[in-house]
Amino acid sequence: MATSETLTRRDAAERHMTLTPTPGPGARRLVRMAGKLGGTLSWLIVVLGAVAIILPFLWMLGVAFRTNPDLYGDPARLWPDQWTLHGVRAVLDQLPFTRLIVNTFVFAGGATVLLLLFDSMTAFALARLNFRGKNVLFVAILATLMVPFQVTLVPVFLTIYHFGWLNSYQGLIIPRATSALGIFLLRQFFRQLPRELDEAARIDGAGDFTVYWRIIMPNAKPVLATLFIIQFAALWNDFLWPLVISSQTRMQTLPAALTLFSSQSGVDHAALMAGAAISLTPLAIAFLLLQRYFVQGVATTGIK
Amino acid sequence: MATTTLKPSSGPPRRRSRRRFNSAYLFVAPSVVIIAVFIAEPIVQSAWMSLHDWTIGAASNPFTGLANYRSLWHDSRFWNALRVTLIYTAAVTVGQVGLGLAIASRLRRTTWYSSLLRTAYFFPFVASLVVVGIIWKFLLDPQVGLIDAWLGDLGVGNPPQWLQSTSLALPTVIVVGIWKNVGFTMIVLLAGMQQVPADLYEAAMLDGAGPWRRFTAVTLPALRPALLFTTLIATITGLQLFDLVFAMTSGGPVFSTESVVMYLYEKGFVEFQMGYASAIAWVLFIIILAVSAVQLRVARNRDGD
Repeated sequence: MATSETLTRRDAAERHMTLTPTPGPGARRLVRMAGKLGGTLSWLIVVLGAVAIILPFLWMLGVAFRTNPDLYGDPARLWPDQWTLHGVRAVLDQLPFTRLIVNTFVFAGGATVLLLLFDSMTAFALARLNFRGKNVLFVAILATLMVPFQVTLVPVFLTIYHFGWLNSYQGLIIPRATSALGIFLLRQFFRQLPRELDEAARIDGAGDFTVYWRIIMPNAKPVLATLFIIQFAALWNDFLWPLVISSQTRMQTLPAALTLFSSQSGVDHAALMAGAAISLTPLAIAFLLLQRYFVQGVATTGIK
Repeated sequence: MATTTLKPSSGPPRRRSRRRFNSAYLFVAPSVVIIAVFIAEPIVQSAWMSLHDWTIGAASNPFTGLANYRSLWHDSRFWNALRVTLIYTAAVTVGQVGLGLAIASRLRRTTWYSSLLRTAYFFPFVASLVVVGIIWKFLLDPQVGLIDAWLGDLGVGNPPQWLQSTSLALPTVIVVGIWKNVGFTMIVLLAGMQQVPADLYEAAMLDGAGPWRRFTAVTLPALRPALLFTTLIATITGLQLFDLVFAMTSGGPVFSTESVVMYLYEKGFVEFQMGYASAIAWVLFIIILAVSAVQLRVARNRDGD
């Protein structure tokens, strides 16, 4: 097999060579050298690009762990002469930083857990159960995907205000506890699971809830994990929504608090960069450990 | 009951329709309530509010018809915000899709060093736009920033005032936008490239196609859905530009980087003119719909060729 394949390939290559007018040996070497040079050059550019992507994050770390006089003295240096925890201590002092971390965890974690539960329940009903209005509901859910979130922001703010939910966890979390995209993706996945799974369980007397919780959900663990990571990251980084819903510092999340902190005049650079670094840390660690899930999340919410 | 257990083939629909209560409604209830209260009803309410002079703190909120939309038409600050947003969107979309494609095709083969480079390019995906904006704001700072300090070391006597100049601020924000998003495009395109069957490349090689010809004749046509997807996503998120400019410039200097959503935020949540803000939101919605429709149309016409 292998030999015949290589033979035909070599044949084809030889036939091709005899058909095209062959340049002289010197010219051919020149062409090959130019190709090699182009290849090396494009690799060089790609590597330099990657350095340009990572360098700002290294600089952030450097500023976080150096004193401000050191930074002003020689801003051209990437790393501190002497490492100091002054920045970390300052950000804990100047902002209710522990509280902000807790808020962000409660907001992103709480909304993501509820979203996975509610979206999977709805997706299960849409994929596996029959009820009146099912198709209308599915189309209506898809239709809300087209509307940008800024359209609903003003009325939702007023609703939250009337509920008395401004500056509260429920105000931050509950409107984010379901998403049309999540329902859609989970429904597509549930439909691909073999019907025989639920039918066997139903013959054994299982009801709808047992099928959902004991059959469908365990089989959907990878897609649920992917959705969890992507959704958690999106909410951890969300800015406009928590900015509008929480005006009080003690109820803010990290992105909003850091932005307002950064626009103060005469801001402590080390404190700011330490804050930015700390807010980046959980996702950065998750990314380096679970990069596969991030890639899958981007690819599955992408190409269908 | 006895008949249904004897004849399981009679199918779930009939069995369920005989029940007094269908538990499917319990399954959809939480999502339906949340979507109804926090998405569906607000869409209608937003359209309704945009027809009113709805200012918080005012004694009444009179119905004014299309007056908000007419004011928008004559509002030069809105036109400026729209211009900024469209320039940003066009430039970042072209930049992030073009560069993402170039990088993805270079890193297509999986080796340890290309995996490392992919991780590097994809890394900004996990950083919030706010953190990215803050880092770059100070990286470009004339006093403490690395960029101007290095330019100074290279002998540039008077380094540019990146974010303090009305002509340079928007291009700078655009470069940072591309820097943040290029890895996302690269990952989606790489996933698309991995679905191209290897025999296609072998066949092309047998026909004597060089690397460039293989790229244009095999890779590009196979990537069309992924390219359309990344272009659409880049456009839609570009038109909703907010976090990055809020963190980097707050819309300045002199509105030179103020986007449509920043203006909406200003009107709605600083000046509390909720009716006017709703009108801005609807104009943005229609622009997003129109631009996406045109892109889908162009893509479909190309497929027809």
